[in-house]
Amino acid sequence: MGLALMVVIWLITLISTYFFAAKTWWLPVGAAASAEFIDKQFALTFVIMGVVFLAAQLGLGYIVWRYREQSSSPPSSYSHGNTNLEVVWTLLTAVLFIGLNLMGSRVWASQRFDAAAPGAVQVEVTGMQFAWYFRYPGPDGKYAPTSVKLMDPSAGGEAAVGLNTSDPDAKDDVVTGTMYLPVDREVDVSLRSVDVIHSFFVPSLRFKQDAVPGLNIHMHFRPTAIGEYEIACAELCGLGHYKMHGMVHVVSQEDFDKWLAAREAEKQ
Amino acid sequence: MATYSTTHVDTTQLGRGGRTPDPPVLGGGDDGSNGGVPNYGQRLRRARLGLVVLIAPIVMLFVSLTSAYIVRQGLPTFDSTTNTYVRDWGEVNLPWILLAINTAVLLVSSLTMEGARRGITRQAALAPVRSIPGVSLGDEKAFPWLGITVVLGLGFLLGQWLAWKELANRGFFIATNPNSSFVYLLTGTHAIHLAGGIIALLWAAAASLRRTPVESRRIVIDIAAWYWHFMALLWLYVFALLEFAR
Amino acid sequence: MATAATLHAHAPQGFIRKYIFSLDHKVIGIQYFFLALTAVFVGMFLSLLMRIHMVWPTAAIPLIGEIKPETYLSLLTMHGTIMVFFVLTTAPQGGFGNYFLPIQIGAPDMAFPVLNMLSFWTTFVAFMVMLAAFFVTGGAPLHGWTGYPPMSAVQSAGPGEGLGADLWITSIAIFCIASLMGALNFITTTLDLRAKGMTLMRMPLTVWSWFITAILGLLAFGVLLSAGILLLMDRNLGTSFYVPLIVVNGQVLGHKGGSPLLWQHLFWFFGHPEVYIAILPGMGVASQVLSTFSRKPIFGYRAMVYAMLSIGFFGFMVWGHHMFMSGMSPYSAFAFSILTMCIGVPSAIKTFNWLGTMWKGRIRFHTPMLYAIGFVSLFVSGGLSGPFLAQPVLDIQLHDTYFVVGHFHLIMGVAAIFGIFAATYYWFPKMFGRMMNETWGRIHFFITLAGTYAIFMPMHYLGMAGQTRRYSQFTEVAYQTKLLPLQTFMTYAAIITIAAQFIFVINLFWSMFKGPKASDNPWECTTLEWTTTTPPPHDNFGGHTPVVNHGPYEYGVPGAARDYVMQNDPATAPAH
Repeated sequence: MGLALMVVIWLITLISTYFFAAKTWWLPVGAAASAEFIDKQFALTFVIMGVVFLAAQLGLGYIVWRYREQSSSPPSSYSHGNTNLEVVWTLLTAVLFIGLNLMGSRVWASQRFDAAAPGAVQVEVTGMQFAWYFRYPGPDGKYAPTSVKLMDPSAGGEAAVGLNTSDPDAKDDVVTGTMYLPVDREVDVSLRSVDVIHSFFVPSLRFKQDAVPGLNIHMHFRPTAIGEYEIACAELCGLGHYKMHGMVHVVSQEDFDKWLAAREAEKQ
Repeated sequence: MATYSTTHVDTTQLGRGGRTPDPPVLGGGDDGSNGGVPNYGQRLRRARLGLVVLIAPIVMLFVSLTSAYIVRQGLPTFDSTTNTYVRDWGEVNLPWILLAINTAVLLVSSLTMEGARRGITRQAALAPVRSIPGVSLGDEKAFPWLGITVVLGLGFLLGQWLAWKELANRGFFIATNPNSSFVYLLTGTHAIHLAGGIIALLWAAAASLRRTPVESRRIVIDIAAWYWHFMALLWLYVFALLEFAR
Repeated sequence: MATAATLHAHAPQGFIRKYIFSLDHKVIGIQYFFLALTAVFVGMFLSLLMRIHMVWPTAAIPLIGEIKPETYLSLLTMHGTIMVFFVLTTAPQGGFGNYFLPIQIGAPDMAFPVLNMLSFWTTFVAFMVMLAAFFVTGGAPLHGWTGYPPMSAVQSAGPGEGLGADLWITSIAIFCIASLMGALNFITTTLDLRAKGMTLMRMPLTVWSWFITAILGLLAFGVLLSAGILLLMDRNLGTSFYVPLIVVNGQVLGHKGGSPLLWQHLFWFFGHPEVYIAILPGMGVASQVLSTFSRKPIFGYRAMVYAMLSIGFFGFMVWGHHMFMSGMSPYSAFAFSILTMCIGVPSAIKTFNWLGTMWKGRIRFHTPMLYAIGFVSLFVSGGLSGPFLAQPVLDIQLHDTYFVVGHFHLIMGVAAIFGIFAATYYWFPKMFGRMMNETWGRIHFFITLAGTYAIFMPMHYLGMAGQTRRYSQFTEVAYQTKLLPLQTFMTYAAIITIAAQFIFVINLFWSMFKGPKASDNPWECTTLEWTTTTPPPHDNFGGHTPVVNHGPYEYGVPGAARDYVMQNDPATAPAH
């Protein structure tokens, strides 16, 4: 039985570790500036936890087999513990865990404590049951006021986010169902929701933030690779939660300007 | 020691089917039965411990309501029609005179409750003396502390209800603004807990009619009294919060 | 309260007083156990339907038909709620704690037997109200066991958010009251009813775990109650505690200014201690069983006590780690993150000590021990994904993905359940006077161990790949469709593992009536429940109170006549 247990525990451990190490299923390739540090911190945590995982599970399996009771076993070793050992491994664990955490704090601070750099691309992201809308403030750099009373999602575009089309400030606001961003420029996102909590999650851009009704949340990131990235809503929002899907197109600055100009032109 | 197996259970050491060996009696050993008389002192201490433990979650309930109160009061909400954050806590015209009268009623009821508690403590202490044949302590007409406390408690609840009516008269209902929501919520939650206290008092009153032993009744009234004092303190806190932290 | 002698004289007569409205903590413990057993089968069935729907969304299930997306969400909500409340907060604490806490401290019953009886029946009522949500118009709510408003606060946010959601909240409120009643009893009993010689530092670790769990419950459930009251008010009285100005289904609602984050703070202030409530008794049982079946004292008894106390204490300070992405201040996130890493330390200490207990022991592989060993393995696996989630910068990627689902299922959904299995196989002889079948126990163990790893370990891979939670199907997002083969594998593993649980249930009921009769101390244990008859008499010790002279885990004492010293053995026997 001891042998069977050891074998089963070891097998489970080694098979799980294999798939982790082989990265059969892994983080998507990072396409944002923060990806480098996040992925490094992830890898570090991963290696440390992996070592602990292997040591603990393989150790458990070994102990269970080695100290199985047999007629030839010596009497069990009567001991109430070892205080020195307790102190040592407590301190080591504390240093390891807290140290790991402090190392990760730098990027968290830079991403979240500081505001976006001036000159960042402004985009407002609005979540609603069950679609994402994106608004660009246009040449005046201001988002025109919206009102829930003016909302009409079935009409799409400006009406979906509740813009008052007779408002002069609203004339240059572009509203789309797909997000376009220029590569290598910081993006200043304003997240809103008009009904329940949603979450704007783009795995490749290492970006996630809940969109909370009643709040307008500012966050920033910088895409670094041209491509198309999927958005998945990451907070339960109702029966359409699984299909609240969107796309982020990261293109060159030129293509972005062309696209935005085309959208502005359509509004005339 | 034989290891366990399904077919042969080694019962030599433990006496299967018989009683387990008696534990050794160490010095002053009795079987804990106190000669068939319940240990009222121990019961009282245990009941008081139970009350202290009960008060902890009630405190947590009001701590969390207070926290919600403070957070809601200060938290701004985003107004997309102006692209600014606004606060909407609102004002409430509290009928503080009514509430002050209610406070006085409750504080007096705490005094009468304490009178009841001390009265029954004295009776319980004198019970062994009274039971000696031939001894008489005179016929004391017991002052109806408990009855008055119940009346004052009900009076408080009635007064709270009147305060609610006055709030409504002034145009403040549960959903008028967050401030008024909390006024109803906090006073209502307190009132429900106080009503529980009144039920405990009625139980104590019924016990006296059923002629349960005075020591037993003493425990019920003692616990009810401390709970009652806690309700009074809680009310002072709620009133102060609503009046000064609005 | 009644002494042993008076209880002995006044054992209840009549079926109703003995088995329905019994005041005997042992009967009440068994009642809780069977409530939890019913709940776990309901919860497992719901999860089976969920797993089938996720990989075969259009499949028609016999007797039920095709599951619609909104039905999936109500299955999900009720699965979580029933498992967390009616299984994990009920079986370890209400079931085994009620049965064995008084006996292990040498008491004839709980401090307040009437309150104990009421706490069970109130829990029962709460369970009935919860189940009723399935059968009302609109069905059960969709908002997840976490119930975030505005989804949970608005009747029009989806089917089931009407009466179903009101019943859900009401059930939870009733459950809060029931838990508080139970906690009151556990704490008073532990502090006031210990037998002579049973000092705090001689209490078995199971007693410590029930005691600390009760304190956590005492302080946490009141906060859940206030959160629920505010939610009921928003839903039915038009208040705006949680709901700002929103438009749902084309209708602008009458709320304004409320904060959805307020619910999250209140809920998680309860919710985090709740998960420690779910795991601590399992840790206590693991310590007890590992020590017994290694024939060795627990390694570092004091450290184990302090570790459980620290876990309880820190458990109240880390709730914000559920809210890193919520819009909460990033500075708060940093503080919560550091505190969360701190709580990992006592958990690690306990794991080291369990390994140290088995080191140089003489391990006996009866079924309870298999489950205790499984508990350690699962606790390690589930615990080590914690440090990933505790770092906000990594949580950006992992929050609300299957990585989290894998993490909490390994700990709550498997390790804690293994704690319950270990307790069942361990204490079954004492409770029912018979032994459970060892062979079927082992088969059940191996299938369940391998099966649960096969279901929940792959969830970490899915989470890293970006698979989001609470999706009823994966057909709409391209990168998620690629993950379907792994999901399908997990569904097959779930079907097999759930089927294997019937082995346990059959073993349980068969053994109750036909199992070989048990002696008073078949496992050769030291704690007080094994000093009395099997099953124990009404007042637990047959008319007298034990006197305790030894610590709880005196196994393998050098120079002793046999390899264990019971807690009430004469003081002259060598031990601590």
